[in-house]
Amino acid sequence: MKDTETAIPRTLPIQSATFTNEVNAEIRRAAATGIYDIRGGGAKRRVPNFDDLLFLGASVSRYPLEGYRERCDTSVTLGTRFASNPIELDIPITIAGMSFGALSGPAKEALGRGASAAGTSTTTGDGGMTPEERRHSSMLVYQYLPSRYGMNPNDLRQADAIEVVVGQGAKPGGGGMLLGQKISDRVAEMRTLPKGIDQRSACRHPDWTGPDDLEIKILELREITDWRVPIYVKVGATRPYYDTALAVKAGADVVVMDGMQGGTAATQDVFIEHVGLPTLACIRPAVHALQDLDVHREVQLVVSGGIRSGADVAKALALGADAVAIGTAALIAMGDNDPKWEAEYQKLGSTSGAYDDWHEGRDPAGITTQDPDLAARLDPVEAGRRLRNYLKVMTLEAQTIARACGHNHLRNFEAEDLCALTMEAAAMAQVPLAGTDWFPGKGGF
Amino acid sequence: MQTYDLTEKGLRGLNSILHAQHEETNQVSWEVVNPRGSHAIAVGLDAPLEVTIKGSTGYYCAGMNQGAAIRVEGSVGPGVAENMMSGSVVVEGDASQYAGATGHGGLLVIKGNASSRCGISMKGIDIVVHGNVGHMSAFMAQAGNLVVCGDAGDALGDSIYEARLFVRGSVKSLGADCVEKEVLPEHVGILKDLLERADLHARPEEFRRYGSARKLYNFDIDNVADY
Ligand SMILES: Cc1cc2nc3c(=O)[nH]c(=O)nc-3n(C[C@H](O)[C@H](O)[C@H](O)COP(=O)(O)O)c2cc1C
Repeated sequence: MKDTETAIPRTLPIQSATFTNEVNAEIRRAAATGIYDIRGGGAKRRVPNFDDLLFLGASVSRYPLEGYRERCDTSVTLGTRFASNPIELDIPITIAGMSFGALSGPAKEALGRGASAAGTSTTTGDGGMTPEERRHSSMLVYQYLPSRYGMNPNDLRQADAIEVVVGQGAKPGGGGMLLGQKISDRVAEMRTLPKGIDQRSACRHPDWTGPDDLEIKILELREITDWRVPIYVKVGATRPYYDTALAVKAGADVVVMDGMQGGTAATQDVFIEHVGLPTLACIRPAVHALQDLDVHREVQLVVSGGIRSGADVAKALALGADAVAIGTAALIAMGDNDPKWEAEYQKLGSTSGAYDDWHEGRDPAGITTQDPDLAARLDPVEAGRRLRNYLKVMTLEAQTIARACGHNHLRNFEAEDLCALTMEAAAMAQVPLAGTDWFPGKGGF
Repeated sequence: MQTYDLTEKGLRGLNSILHAQHEETNQVSWEVVNPRGSHAIAVGLDAPLEVTIKGSTGYYCAGMNQGAAIRVEGSVGPGVAENMMSGSVVVEGDASQYAGATGHGGLLVIKGNASSRCGISMKGIDIVVHGNVGHMSAFMAQAGNLVVCGDAGDALGDSIYEARLFVRGSVKSLGADCVEKEVLPEHVGILKDLLERADLHARPEEFRRYGSARKLYNFDIDNVADY
């Protein structure tokens, strides 16, 4: 080309910020299949979260505790309001309800082993209680769900607490879904359903609607269990102030508030990404409801949805929670999405870290499956040990921060320990924007 | 016969005494007087007791019954015999919503009418209603038998799984995926037995049977309107 011949400059191909490759791929997938995308896990998009908060640490006005010398306790008791046998936990981190059916038998056993070794509770899920998880869980919370699959009074009486599930953060207002591939003989029998059919769990309880009915339902459950065990009410984060207040009014001992990052075994992607409140946004309103009713700390608040580390635990407690629950992180600790299975994730059209087709039952890590060969890949003793280690590390991390803030018990964290990095986080958590003494809404607009 | 005055002695006392009775108890027969519409009467029983409630009850009477024979000489509020496992519950009067919800076993007899959602999510219980049932009865019913001697309201058996529904009178409308099915000799046997046990003099041949078309069992875009 001669210097005098100039090629006409062209605009570069520009990818749309609206119609991204991911969006277009989803449009093509929907057009080809005629069904919405179903997947497991929680919201994947970024929403304001605990990473947007920082601890202030000690300074001249506060003095820290000596890291390896001075005690920093971690215990918490759940269910002190009405139950004669409250749940005494060594650490404020519990294992959230995940169903046998969604998870394999060995995975449920591993959750029980790991939680028990760390001095905390685990929780059943949609589909009922398995003997394995009862045997391996020193403290087991029995979920009372709309489907009532496998619900029976013998298991109810064997439970250390009951959790009435009104909703989940991943899908507040939605029911459950377990596709035919995962309905093995045992799962089908526990749920009284034919093998191989898609199983839909109702989104509403069959025998109560609204808080007045819930109050009577809770009375019935207490009468059946002779007022021994705590009764939790779990809600997906939507209207946290009123849901908490109504749960308290209905007689809950514990309120479990699950934010939109919270995982699920399977639901529509559109539901996971577009319904509910971020975990960060639901804690303060829930705490305010408890305070307004003068039951903060008497009715305990358990927060879940995207909790990953001791820092997250510490931040949830500082905002007023009594404990947290983890689902996804526990699965990852046990081996979910481990890069060692990369070749198999590739074959399934995914990659480690992104694999979320849990409903298909082909999990290379053997956790979210009912396939006996895949499930056999998970050694429940070893996976339980990994979970225990992880729970211990989270606790140590939270203690490290607590000592640095001058607290001798994790329950002594307070909102004054925190500041926010963004305006959004400052508004949602109602803690000052870093370097200021102001957050949006403070003192009115 | 032990008599318990509910108004005088309270609900907690009643349920705890009944829970304390085990298989070999010789205090088998109980009579509860002055129930006055209280909720959660005789819930979670786990022994072969005979309990008669002299009057009407509130919500969840006989909830999660296992093995006891409970009779209500009155009407019952919502959720009678919810999640029953075994035994029997007989209601002399009418029943409110969700009678026999999610029951896994045992026999529930309602001598009057039952309101909406009778037998919702039933999982093996047998329910016999002498009168009519309201709308959405047997919604998502999984297993067991619902026998209705009168009429059924709208959307009977919506999203039904494998439960069997028998209705003698009219059905206002069937719910999604619920269809009329042939009454086979095996069904006549089931009906005969249930009618006898429910103290009803009706002929099995007078009933029509309804059950699942099984079209919603696995997702199909062409049935999307029914989901
Ligand atoms: C595989 C899986 C199965 C679940 N099953 C249930 C269930 O049966 N009942 C329920 O209330 N929540 C269920 N959940 C939600 C968890 O209880 C919890 O709310 C959520 O996992 C917390 O968020 P995280 O996963 O970010 O920790 C499930 C979550 C996962 C990941």
